[in-house]
Amino acid sequence: MENIIKIKNLHATLQDGTEILKGVNLEVKAGEIHAIMGPNGSGKSTLASVLAGREDYIVTEGEVEYMGKDLLDLSPENRAREGVFLAFQYPVEIPGVSNINFLKTAINEIRAYKGEGPIAAKDFLKMVSEKSKLVELDNKLKNRSVNEGFSGGEKKRNEIFQMAMLSPTLSILDETDSGLDIDALRIVAHGVNTLKTPENASIIVTHYQRLLDYIIPDVVHVLWNGKIVKSGPKELAMELEDKGYDWLKKEVITE
Amino acid sequence: MAYTEKELAKELENKKYEYGFVTDVESDVIRKGLDEDIVRLISSKKNEPEWLLEWRLSAFRIWKKMEEPEWAHLHYTKPDFQDLHYYAAPKTKKTLNSLDEVDPEILKTFNKLGIPIEEQKVLSGVAVDFVMDSVSVKTTFKDKLGELGIIFSSFSEAVQEHPELVKKYLGKVVPKADNFYAALNSAVFSDGSFCYIPKGVKCPMELSTYFRINEANTGQFERTLVVADEDSYVSYLEGCTAPQRDENQLHAAVVELIALDGAEIKYSTVQNWYPGDSEGKGGIFNFVTKRGICESRAKISWTQVETGSAVTWKYPSCILKGDNSEGEFYSVAVTNNYQQADTGTKMIHLGKNTKSVIISKGISAGKSNNSYRGLVQMNAGASNARNFSQCDSLLIGDQCGAHTFPYIEVMNKSARAEHEATTSKIGEDQLFYCNQRGIETEKAISLIVNGYAKEVLNKLPMEFAIEAQKLLEISLEGSVG
Repeated sequence: MENIIKIKNLHATLQDGTEILKGVNLEVKAGEIHAIMGPNGSGKSTLASVLAGREDYIVTEGEVEYMGKDLLDLSPENRAREGVFLAFQYPVEIPGVSNINFLKTAINEIRAYKGEGPIAAKDFLKMVSEKSKLVELDNKLKNRSVNEGFSGGEKKRNEIFQMAMLSPTLSILDETDSGLDIDALRIVAHGVNTLKTPENASIIVTHYQRLLDYIIPDVVHVLWNGKIVKSGPKELAMELEDKGYDWLKKEVITE
Repeated sequence: MAYTEKELAKELENKKYEYGFVTDVESDVIRKGLDEDIVRLISSKKNEPEWLLEWRLSAFRIWKKMEEPEWAHLHYTKPDFQDLHYYAAPKTKKTLNSLDEVDPEILKTFNKLGIPIEEQKVLSGVAVDFVMDSVSVKTTFKDKLGELGIIFSSFSEAVQEHPELVKKYLGKVVPKADNFYAALNSAVFSDGSFCYIPKGVKCPMELSTYFRINEANTGQFERTLVVADEDSYVSYLEGCTAPQRDENQLHAAVVELIALDGAEIKYSTVQNWYPGDSEGKGGIFNFVTKRGICESRAKISWTQVETGSAVTWKYPSCILKGDNSEGEFYSVAVTNNYQQADTGTKMIHLGKNTKSVIISKGISAGKSNNSYRGLVQMNAGASNARNFSQCDSLLIGDQCGAHTFPYIEVMNKSARAEHEATTSKIGEDQLFYCNQRGIETEKAISLIVNGYAKEVLNKLPMEFAIEAQKLLEISLEGSVG
């Protein structure tokens, strides 16, 4: 199977030099869903942000190969245009810019990058109507300003709606389950499962196991203290839920 | 790499004024300074009737006793009014019949501005009365408008050809003694535009004037008078850009609008005077008095997109004198670098059932300061008067300021005024969010700013809306390196 992303010995620090990622190794192949779990402060969200190109972090060492390209060499917008999508833990509000206009701009920017002309209005609207059903997004929300006045659950569903509209090659979901009630969780999971194809891949960052009841990962990794300390099949998530992260800490230390 | 606020701020700082150039046209300049002789000289150069000279002189005497106002949230070195030229006019050899006869230098200026007059004539049906420095060079479409009885000409021309109209309405909305700058303008105004729409006539095209300041150190004192007779309608566009200059240039215009019973005037402005460089050097001082009066059932709508000038002092206002009259004010004011703007409106409700709407959108970037100052006054006779005001501020970076000074005076129990205000910020998070969706930073800023200003931009006539959008982008964006 083809590699979507290959992370080798990735080190990243905060602007003040504090090292958060201390040598992450990870390979995700086409058609796979990987879950990254770990206690608070282990570096899960940092990994997601670094892959998307957020400038709060400085990569000090390591390589990230994405679809045969050097991901770290690309600007954040070009990473997005190449098919890397980050579902934000805290989606940002953009007052005055309608959700629809925002997405149309995004789609056309991505198309322009690929040398394609702007999307036809008819095709765009058809796509909006199809994809919004997937996450049961209220019609009104589509025309409202991006995330403005959305509830926590609506914001997360909107992230998955955008993901559906942009059909990325690699989706990174950063704590998408946090703050969701069980219904919203199911809707989000349904969206992610439906969007899964043999050609794309997902990295799901989560603190809790419960999202993984709905999205079945191919591999579960445990990130602790800036490193992936354990990887295994989906059962690893259950084990973590039962025994807690402390169990693992002991295991890592004794190793 | 992702974009930080610091980089954004730095980039905005380095954004150069794109319309800075000087047209090389022979000019007729009179000596610096201001006294009664200069006022007489201006009047005589324009071959004005005695009553107008007297009007100017009385304005000058009032002005001499006045002090420059200091209440605005603005800090600048006051101009030395004796160190300015009060009159400059391009030397025209003869009256022009067609564009071919216009000085090629002037035509070149228009081409640089991206507003080819030929194209405008053909494509948009806009009659353009362009003002190069102080004297109108050419008025187009005059004949066509003439058939409808519409008068659209330079102010000087109107003084010669329609003295009775000018005399009847001049100073009726903005009296000579209204304020320091209005008094100064009344004394030394050089030219401007005059427009009269007869009873029941709907002006079939947008009337448009382009102003430019051209002569170094020349105070620019435009005077605009628009009279819409009963049940008539006119949409008037005013747009300006100015060449780059090192020394501050003073601009103190007066605009008077008169909407008689049932008339409607839409007055739109796109203002892009030279704002000074990134260190706050140079730039236009823009002290403008704009006011309209509405008789019964009349409506005046001010729309402004303000991106230029080092210092802006401007409050387009409506006196809602007649019952059931309406006033509107839609404004986008952008300040960047060291620009300062103190702008807003006054809605004076005198008549019954009068309505007013104020939508003000301030955008501050760099080290600039942007203030909204507005007065909503419901007088004793203004039964059932209504006002809705919304004043929003958008901040870019962390070194700029946004201020709101709303004044509401209600003297009638049945009158109602509503005021809403918000402050928001374009942050790194928003830009990164856009980047992560494939939208580059420049585009993201434009998207956010245009979304924010949409309500106001929608009020502009189509061809102006596009120009205004472009101006917002030019004012706030840099080329992302």
